[in-house]
Amino acid sequence: MAKLIPKPKMTAAEAAYVPEIAKGLRMTIGRFIKNTFTSRQSESNEIDTVDYPEEKRTYPERFRGIHRLTHRADGSPRCVACLCCSTACPAQCIHIEAAEYGADDPRHGYERFPKVFVIDELRCIFCGFCVEACPCDAIRMDSGMHMPPSTRREHFIFDKETLMAIPGADGTFETGNPRHEPGDPSHPGVDREHNHH
Amino acid sequence: MDSVYVIALIGKILFVLVIILTFSPVLVWVDRRQSAMIQDRLGPIKAGIPIGGGKTLTLAGLLHPLADALKFMWKEDFIPPKGDKLLHALAPIISVVPTIAAFAVIPFGDTIYLDHLFDVLPADPSGRAVPFQVASLNVGILFIFAVTGTGVVGAAIAGYCSDNKYALLGGLRAAGQMVSYEVTLGLSLVSCFMLYNTLLLEDMVRWQAERGVLGWGIFRQPLAFILFYVGAIAESKRVPFDLPEGESELAAGYFTEYSGMKFGMFMMGEYIATVVSCAMLTAIFFGGWDVPFMELDGIHLFGQHLVLNHLTVTVLQVLSFLFKTILLLWLTMMIRWSLPRFRYDQVMKMCWRYMLPLSLLNIFVTGLVVLFTAR
Repeated sequence: MAKLIPKPKMTAAEAAYVPEIAKGLRMTIGRFIKNTFTSRQSESNEIDTVDYPEEKRTYPERFRGIHRLTHRADGSPRCVACLCCSTACPAQCIHIEAAEYGADDPRHGYERFPKVFVIDELRCIFCGFCVEACPCDAIRMDSGMHMPPSTRREHFIFDKETLMAIPGADGTFETGNPRHEPGDPSHPGVDREHNHH
Repeated sequence: MDSVYVIALIGKILFVLVIILTFSPVLVWVDRRQSAMIQDRLGPIKAGIPIGGGKTLTLAGLLHPLADALKFMWKEDFIPPKGDKLLHALAPIISVVPTIAAFAVIPFGDTIYLDHLFDVLPADPSGRAVPFQVASLNVGILFIFAVTGTGVVGAAIAGYCSDNKYALLGGLRAAGQMVSYEVTLGLSLVSCFMLYNTLLLEDMVRWQAERGVLGWGIFRQPLAFILFYVGAIAESKRVPFDLPEGESELAAGYFTEYSGMKFGMFMMGEYIATVVSCAMLTAIFFGGWDVPFMELDGIHLFGQHLVLNHLTVTVLQVLSFLFKTILLLWLTMMIRWSLPRFRYDQVMKMCWRYMLPLSLLNIFVTGLVVLFTAR
C-alpha cells in the first residue's frame, strides 16, 4: 500500500502567494542590483564567468602546456639528442634525428645535437613523461600556454625552430639549472683534459 | 480633413511602430542579460560587428537580437508534411498582429494643441488638437480585450495544424489558460471602470492626474492591480504561467513544429504582448503620462511654479509614460526569472477559485464605496 505523505501545512500568508513572491523577488532583485551596479573587479560582485578570451584565468604553476626546447647560454639547444624523450613518449609523437657537431666545435666528441626535432602536438597526450625522462633539462612544458587552435594540421607539427621560439612562463628561454660545458672547471664528467676521474 | 491631422496621424503610427520594433528586440536582450545578472553570469555579450583594428562593436550584447533575427530569416521554414499548410502560415500572423493593433488605443501623452506648441498652454486652449494616441475609440479598453483575445486563436491553431501531439497539447493548454484568465482580466478592471467612470484609457489617465500621485490606480485599487498584473502575465504566457510551452513536458508546446521567422513571430508576439500589458498597467494603475507635481503649464512644487512650454510638457509626459512602462517591464522580467512554473491544475484553480471570486468581491466593495461617496 502506498504511503501517504501529508502535505506541508502553509500559513495564510504563505498560501496567499503574494508575500512569498515578494520575499523571492527581494532576493533576486538584490542579486540583480549587486551584479549590475558594481564593477566586475569589486568585492561584492558575484559574477564568476570569465569573459574569455578578453579575460583569461592564469594556469597553475605546474600546468603542462605546450613544449619548449630550452636554450644554452649561446642560444643553441640544450638537447643532446639522446632520444630519452622519444623513447619515453607513450604517444610516439617525438621525432629526433641526431647529428654530430663539426670537428672544430669544442663539443665534438662529447655530445650530439638534434638536427631535426619534431613534436606532433596533435598526437601528444601532454603526459609530461618526456620532461621527466630528459637528463639535460632540455625539454620542458612550463610555457603556461595551451595549444593555440588552428584549422590546419600542419600548424600542429612543431619543428625545432618553433619549439625553441617558445619561452617559458617567466619569459626566458633558459632554465634555472646551471649547464656545465666541457672544459669548464665545474664540469663534473670526463673530458679531454681530465680523463683520470 | 486638414492635412496637418493626416501628417500627425502618420507621425503617431510611426512613433508606435518604432516603440514596438525597438522594444521587442531590446526586451529579448533585457530578458537574457537580466537573467544572467540574477544568476551570477555574464549573459550574451559576444555578438558584434568588426569595426576594424581588431575591435568589435558589441554594445554589451545588444546586437544578439539582430543576429537572432538574421538567423531566423535564413533558417529552413519547415512545415510538417501532414500539417495544414495554410493554418501553419496563418497562426503566427494571428498571434502577432492583434498585439500590435492593441497599441492603437494606448495614450502616450495628453492632447497636443498644435497652435500652442511653443508657449505655455492657456487654461482653455483652442485651435487644432491632436490626441497622442493612434485612435481614440469610444470602446477604449474593450478594444484591447477584443483584439488580444484573438491571440488565443493563434496559439490554438498553431497547436492544431502542426500534426504533433506536443503542439496539440500546448495549443489546448494555451486556449484553456488564456480563455480562463481573460475573464479575470476583464472583471478585475470592472472596478476600475466604476471608479474612473469611463472606458477610455486617456480619460482614466486624466482622472488619476487630477488627483495627484495618491490618485493613481495602484493606491485606489491595489487588489485590482495585483489581479490584473497576474492575469496579464498569464495572458502573455510567460513564466510562471508558461504551461503552453512547458519545455520539460511538451518539447516547446504549441510552436514545437515552427522554425525560422515563424517561430520568431511567436516570440515577438509574446514580447509585444508583455509590452502592451505593461503599457495598459501604466495607463490604468500608474497614472499613465502623469508626471508627479506637473500640470499642463509647468511644475508646481512647494508653492513654487516652474513654467514650461507645451512642447516640453508633452515630451516629459511621453518620457514619463515610457519610463513607467519600462519599470513595469523590468519587474515583469524579474518575476519571470524568480518564480518556478505552476502546475496546470494550480493555474486553473488559482484563476477560477481565487482570482475570480476576489475580483467579484472587489467589484462589490468598489460599488459600495462609489455609491456612498458619490452621492
